[in-house]
Amino acid sequence: MTARSAEQTATALSAGVESGDRRALARAITHVERDDATGRALLAALYPRTGRAQTVGVTGSAGVGKSTLVARLAAEQRRRGRLVGIVAVDPSSPFSRGALLGDRIRMQELTADPGVFLRSMASRGHLGGLAESASGVVDVLDAGGYDVVIVETVGAGQDEVEIASATQSTVLVTSPQAGDEIQSMKAGLMEVAQLLVVNKADLAGADTAVQQLLSLLAIAAPRAWEPPVLKVVARSGEGVEQLADRIDDHQRHVRDSRHAGPERRALVEAQLTTLATAALSRRALGEARRSGVLARLVGEVADRRLDPRSAADELLAAIGAGADDGPGRPSP
Amino acid sequence: MTEGAEQERRIRVLIAKPGLDGHDRGAKVVAASLRDAGMEVIYTGIRQTPQMIAEAALQEDVDVVGLSILSGAHLELFPRVVEALGERGIGPDDVLLFCGGIIPRADWEAVRELGFRGVFGPGTDTREIATFIREQLPTLPARVL
Repeated sequence: MTARSAEQTATALSAGVESGDRRALARAITHVERDDATGRALLAALYPRTGRAQTVGVTGSAGVGKSTLVARLAAEQRRRGRLVGIVAVDPSSPFSRGALLGDRIRMQELTADPGVFLRSMASRGHLGGLAESASGVVDVLDAGGYDVVIVETVGAGQDEVEIASATQSTVLVTSPQAGDEIQSMKAGLMEVAQLLVVNKADLAGADTAVQQLLSLLAIAAPRAWEPPVLKVVARSGEGVEQLADRIDDHQRHVRDSRHAGPERRALVEAQLTTLATAALSRRALGEARRSGVLARLVGEVADRRLDPRSAADELLAAIGAGADDGPGRPSP
Repeated sequence: MTEGAEQERRIRVLIAKPGLDGHDRGAKVVAASLRDAGMEVIYTGIRQTPQMIAEAALQEDVDVVGLSILSGAHLELFPRVVEALGERGIGPDDVLLFCGGIIPRADWEAVRELGFRGVFGPGTDTREIATFIREQLPTLPARVL
């Protein structure tokens, strides 16, 4: 596809997205996810129209009931008259790079509702980073007039933490069966979650799980927003209304608080540096690949004739970036 | 445009079970095998109405729709799925349709005429389906890239 026709496709699709054409929206998401020329032109056109949606990340380990909770939360938002977009991220196979995306199974009722748009997304194979792809998809749904955009991810690693930081309100879901896990949540997800949910709260051990979360919060650094701990039974819907209320509270906090400005700037700075880093390494490594420098260095390190650190320095020198002084060493 | 920025294209496939039969082992085996062939497979679960299947195909912007049916209601349900897809501007010329399950050979012609380019019965080697998708997809006349 030439640059010109990519531009034209983007113009047509962005008009479709803004007018509520669901097919155009679906196509637009595909382009943004691929990070192709059309996708980039689309985001450039749509970005000024974003910022209206309430964006919510829902994360937690496999089996804690995230999909069921997201389905309930979406239904509650629909009851409040809001249009709901959902981005459900599932892991890709590291071997085939294929993926089996099964979140629709637990969100059956939503499929029949024209006020809900559900998109499944595979986690791997995003050169610009999954978080960037996901936040682009969120932007498209936001520009498309969806009042609430929910991103669901399996909270297992750095990628998921990054995605969480791409939404305004992050809900960390756990369950009474995950008791030991709560103990180990001292770093990472706890810091990025603004709402903590103990799902399956009808099971034994729910109160213990709540207590554990509260005691972890008690030792955390003080902050402007204190994350509430909520008991929910996603299967029956118990507690979901309160969760939606508290998400609204947090959204008000984000939009009104004196910290909103600096927080937003920090988020945007993180997004920009991630994007620029990805683009820079893509360009530089593409060059090293074409020239054969990368292959030669890989060979030398594989044969143990050269150490990886020196090889990286040589690689940087070869692509004109100069050797890296390392974070601990002063620049000359 | 930065070279190499564009994502490698993953084929997106919707696997769905229309109607009331609750046996989805075959559908799951096909879904898993296509994942193993490097595709992104959206599986919607059992007891899907034609409207739900078409809506999922639209929202997920899939390249391929595969229907699995064991109940014998294929000649009843498949035309309704094709119709529901058509209502959303999705036709057999831009999305590849195939089906599997228990579909008597006598019905294959009728199913093909609806736009299903592939019919796979029990005992099909799953690799055959992945190959079919890779071969047929580029030949769709109205495929939007």
